[in-house]
Amino acid sequence: MAFTFAAFCYMLALLLTAALIFFAIWHLVLPEYLIHAFFCVMFLCAAEWLTLGLNMPLLAYHIWRYMSRPVMSGPGLYDPTTIMNADILAYCQKEGWCKLAFYLLAFFYYLYGMIYVLVSS
Amino acid sequence: MSAPAGSPHPAASARIPPKFGGAAASGAAAPAGPAPAPHQQNGPAQNQMQVPSGYGLHHQNYIAPSGHYSQGPGKMTSLPLDTQCGDYYSALYTVPTQNVTVNTVNQQPGAQQMYSRGPPAPHIVGSTLGSFQGAASSASHLHTSASQPYSSFVNHYNSPAMYSANSSVASQGFPSTCGHYAMSTVSNAAYPSVSYPSLPAGDTYGQMFTSQSAPTIRPVKDNSFSGQNTAISHPLPLPPPPSQQHQQQQSLSGYNTLTWSAPGLPSTQDNLIRNHTGSLAVANNNPTITDSLSCPVMQNVHPPKSSPVVSTVLSGSSSTRTPPTANHPVEPVTSVTQPSELLQQKGVDSSSTTSSASPMPNSYDALEGGSYPDMLSSSASSPAPDPAPEPDPASASAPASAAAPVIPQPSKMAKPFGYGYPTLQPGYQNATAPLTSGVQPSNPVYSGFQQYPQYPGVNQLSSSLGGLSLQSSPQPESLRPVNLTQERNILPMTPVWAPVPNLNADLKKLNCSPDSFRCTLTNIPQTQALLNKAKLPLGLLLHPFRDLTQLPVITSNTIVRCRSCRTYINPFVSFIDQRRWKCNLCYRVNDVPEEFMYNPLTRSYGEPHKRPEVQNSTVEFIASSDYMLRPPQPAVYLFVLDVSHNAVEAGYLTILCQSLLENLDKLPGDSRTRIGFMTFDSTIHFYNLQEGLSQPQMLIVSDIDDVFLPTPDSLLVNLYESKELIKDLLNALPNMFTNTRETHSALGPALQAAFKLMSPTGGRVSVFQTQLPSLGAGLLQSREDPNQRSSTKVVQHLGPATDFYKKLALDCSGQQTAVDLFLLSSQYSDLASLACMSKYSAGCIYYYPSFHYTHNPSQAEKLQKDLKRYLTRKIGFEAVMRIRCTKGLSMHTFHGNFFVRSTDLLSLANINPDAGFAVQLSIEESLTDTSLVCFQTALLYTSSKGERRIRVHTLCLPVVSSLADVYAGVDVQAAICLLANMAVDRSISSSLSDARDALVNAVVDSLSAYGSTVSNLQHSALMAPSSLKLFPLYVLALLKQKAFRTGTSTRLDDRVYAMCQIKSQPLVHLMRMIHPNLYRIDRLTDEGAIHVNDRVVPQPPLQKLSAEKLTREGAFLMDCGSVFYIWVGKGCDNNFIEDVLGYPNFASIPQKMTHLPELDTLSSERARSFITWLRDSRPLSPILHIVKDESPAKAEFFQHLIEDRTEAAFSYYEFLLHVQQQICK
Repeated sequence: MAFTFAAFCYMLALLLTAALIFFAIWHLVLPEYLIHAFFCVMFLCAAEWLTLGLNMPLLAYHIWRYMSRPVMSGPGLYDPTTIMNADILAYCQKEGWCKLAFYLLAFFYYLYGMIYVLVSS
Repeated sequence: MSAPAGSPHPAASARIPPKFGGAAASGAAAPAGPAPAPHQQNGPAQNQMQVPSGYGLHHQNYIAPSGHYSQGPGKMTSLPLDTQCGDYYSALYTVPTQNVTVNTVNQQPGAQQMYSRGPPAPHIVGSTLGSFQGAASSASHLHTSASQPYSSFVNHYNSPAMYSANSSVASQGFPSTCGHYAMSTVSNAAYPSVSYPSLPAGDTYGQMFTSQSAPTIRPVKDNSFSGQNTAISHPLPLPPPPSQQHQQQQSLSGYNTLTWSAPGLPSTQDNLIRNHTGSLAVANNNPTITDSLSCPVMQNVHPPKSSPVVSTVLSGSSSTRTPPTANHPVEPVTSVTQPSELLQQKGVDSSSTTSSASPMPNSYDALEGGSYPDMLSSSASSPAPDPAPEPDPASASAPASAAAPVIPQPSKMAKPFGYGYPTLQPGYQNATAPLTSGVQPSNPVYSGFQQYPQYPGVNQLSSSLGGLSLQSSPQPESLRPVNLTQERNILPMTPVWAPVPNLNADLKKLNCSPDSFRCTLTNIPQTQALLNKAKLPLGLLLHPFRDLTQLPVITSNTIVRCRSCRTYINPFVSFIDQRRWKCNLCYRVNDVPEEFMYNPLTRSYGEPHKRPEVQNSTVEFIASSDYMLRPPQPAVYLFVLDVSHNAVEAGYLTILCQSLLENLDKLPGDSRTRIGFMTFDSTIHFYNLQEGLSQPQMLIVSDIDDVFLPTPDSLLVNLYESKELIKDLLNALPNMFTNTRETHSALGPALQAAFKLMSPTGGRVSVFQTQLPSLGAGLLQSREDPNQRSSTKVVQHLGPATDFYKKLALDCSGQQTAVDLFLLSSQYSDLASLACMSKYSAGCIYYYPSFHYTHNPSQAEKLQKDLKRYLTRKIGFEAVMRIRCTKGLSMHTFHGNFFVRSTDLLSLANINPDAGFAVQLSIEESLTDTSLVCFQTALLYTSSKGERRIRVHTLCLPVVSSLADVYAGVDVQAAICLLANMAVDRSISSSLSDARDALVNAVVDSLSAYGSTVSNLQHSALMAPSSLKLFPLYVLALLKQKAFRTGTSTRLDDRVYAMCQIKSQPLVHLMRMIHPNLYRIDRLTDEGAIHVNDRVVPQPPLQKLSAEKLTREGAFLMDCGSVFYIWVGKGCDNNFIEDVLGYPNFASIPQKMTHLPELDTLSSERARSFITWLRDSRPLSPILHIVKDESPAKAEFFQHLIEDRTEAAFSYYEFLLHVQQQICK
């Protein structure tokens, strides 16, 4: 049993996912995207392919979402002039709930993954 | 409040429409206290006005619309008024001081005259304080007898026009007093005529009266103007044209002729009212009044309470003369005026302002006609295009029918005042409703779908059930299947009116005018599933700040609202008992506040359901300080002008400055009005106009990267204090930059500076731009590829290139500043980006392609006329609009120019009368437990006079459970406008071709849904319900509209501008833009003509938009909303060319002709009056193009013939086949 880089990644992801859960609720978009991208890179470095694979769809969605954001000069995702339209608002809320579920599951997966790595190595 | 609810009685007056059975009215009135003796003498006149029973009033209101045309004379008066309003103002300003002595002199004669008119005698007898005439029947007698005096009143009202004409007469304020006195006395007199059965109550009331009379006086003042007018203008006041009187009597309420005559008045009222509140001191010094507005009003302000009243009463005729004394605060003001009456007379709805019982002087308010003097009310008031006149026989019969349902009620109402509420609104109580309706089964009016009287009985029943459909009945006309491919003339000969919701008659009468509020489905489906099945869009089309010719304005201490959802009380709430009402949106049961129990109209206590708030679906409240986040802002106007080489070359500055100079006095605002100017090219120029300078000072800021305000305090100056400097500047501006070589335009920095300048106050920024901004923040690049203009594939760049303008607009919106954009550009200037500055700050956008003051005179003229409207129209500041709807419905997308602050709150920095909005709705919960749904818009704004006001519209619609009923209730025009709005969104967020496909699919889906569910006829044909028969035609028109067309060369800016218009135009104007009206005008006859303003306006039938209708022998007028075309055929009758166009033959007509000469021939007169009538119906003046058959310009004309085939688009028939093909797939 050794504290490997992969275990470190899992531990970090575990902590960050806890943060993401709150970001998903509060729609702190940019930190969320950055953090998620960050531990995806960590997993890449740690060669945790399965975990990376599980995260790839979300990463791709984030990139797509940010590319197709409304025209704006600053960073950000939500356009103040349209966000109050009920359909867009509903979409964003639904998105938030889905991510919340995903992060919750991911949280336990990372916990499992960390222990598994610690135990197996 | 110290005053008990009952106390206000004396003040409030109700009028009895002469027509109605007096009995009901009198009965209702009974509880009201006896009038103080003084009133009695004049009584007769008033009686008529007092219609206590709410029902009766409504009647009247609704009847009026049908009568519209016939009521021409009223309208006639209106027009002059409009024009003269301006005069009135100016007069006020110029002639501030008035000699008291003069006044008195004038007053006396006037008063006497007035008095003489009203035959007081009969009523006086009955009128002594204690005596009550018990019988209801007596009331009716009174009415008839009273009619005479009433007519005299009418005179006063009509007179304003005359007054304004004469406005130059120096002593306006004072003469008015006499007029007002006369009025007031009359009103008092009216009292006695109404019989009050209840003696005991009477005593107390009478006493109350005297004491309270004082507060009421104010409203009178308003009227005083009108009164004064008569006095001044007519030495012999009497001769009112009989017809007018007639109208007035009839029109007590809502939509009647009174309104027409009114417009001049309201403004005066406004001023007056304001003054009252503010200035007791002012009142005393009449002669010295610097504030011109205030002066006339003042005299009345200090009515010493109680005692004087009595004396006047006794004096009888002499009482009228007393008014002069009123001017002096010292003397007790004798007349007890009843504000409400006055108001009513003005043509305000039956509901007058009801004030709370509070004794304080301010509590009362005059009704405002709704139109400020300064606005060009002509558009609104001009009768012509308004749908009000209903051609349908059914509607015509409406009055009669409407009367019928009331029958059972009068008896209830007649019961003395302790009687409970049950009668309230039969519509609500399902149990009772059927009964009432059942009583008059034969009544045609109630037929479920209004236009079609055929199946009255059944439909009526169903309507009485609140819209629950009885399908066993034969189909209503709107459901009659129409075979679209077989029907050659699908377009009706007369304009299409909004369908009337299938409600019972009482609710129908109360419902909001379709001009202000329309729903795409007048029968709301019960569930979202049903709506999905129908495949029709559900949404609302709003025109909330429309110029109204009359509008009940209500001042009361408490604005009654639902405690949980904050809905304003409205005609569709139900009263559970006398003390509680049930909200019609959230169903919460609320208490009726004590103040609300008293009805100033009827002077009765315990009848909250007769308050004006509950009798009118469109009302305006004067809001208290609870509705303010800060003190009401003054009117602030900032003009930001492009003076680069391009702009100077185009020459718009001359026109703008000229218009401003002409309309400077008519800018809406009070004495705090502020104005400022900025110009920019590659630098930004500010103008210091501080009072005291000898000439305007120009300050140049060349640091456009970090703009600052050189002298923040003196750039926005008081309009009146610095008027001379402003005029100097306006005179100098056009020539200041004639030699400029600066071609750059730093629009972005200029806007930033404007924002800084405006942010402390908020207000309106008018930006004039002539080219692509090329410097500093917000610079834009040309994005248009001219080769792509007629591309059929992708149209790019419909969205903004930068968010600079959007962010700026949001900042402005946060500071209550709206940015209006005038784009006068000959080249591409990226309107898609620039428009954002107005879109999100609730501004408006005007676009004049290829503007040049000499090369393009018609555009120049259009700019001039538009500016006149723009500068003088009514304006509301720091507004918010909230739309509420019955629980179960929810709004999801809004269309228009605004910023959405929360899911149902629109933030509007400015609101103008030409702004329209659309809302998409969805049904969240099933509506099975309700039979009616309601929508309420509340627009809270600060008027240009610094008053916080709330305008509330409420619309009520039935809920249906069957698909057939949903189809029967489609309002096809509203649906098209909503679809157009959605398509604009779609083309920006997705692509133009997507939007076009969606439009076609809307037709395909709805028709196929109809075919597969409702109609069980053969499926080979393309069937549509009659209510939807125009749907494919309108969609085709949309597809060929500039905004959505492909394949035809369309400049990007033109396309974007058309989209902006779709988003921000109200329905009436948008419909003309989408589907122009075509008339043949070479053979105009008087057949079916209407009378407007002393002119005969021919009403030629509509032609369908196809070249097949154009004959070479004819001349045709096409009304495209903002453009008129007259197409003259080659073989057109020379008589027509000579008589109307003023040329001997076809060949000699010039290529460019934009005016019809004023020729003294019958046909010329007819043509011109028809065109003028069309023109008056819209806010922006259209350009007229006369197109010869062979001129190159005819392509412009022919592109509007949307039923014909073009290279790029289907003809109507082909389109139908295409749709049919899609359905069969």
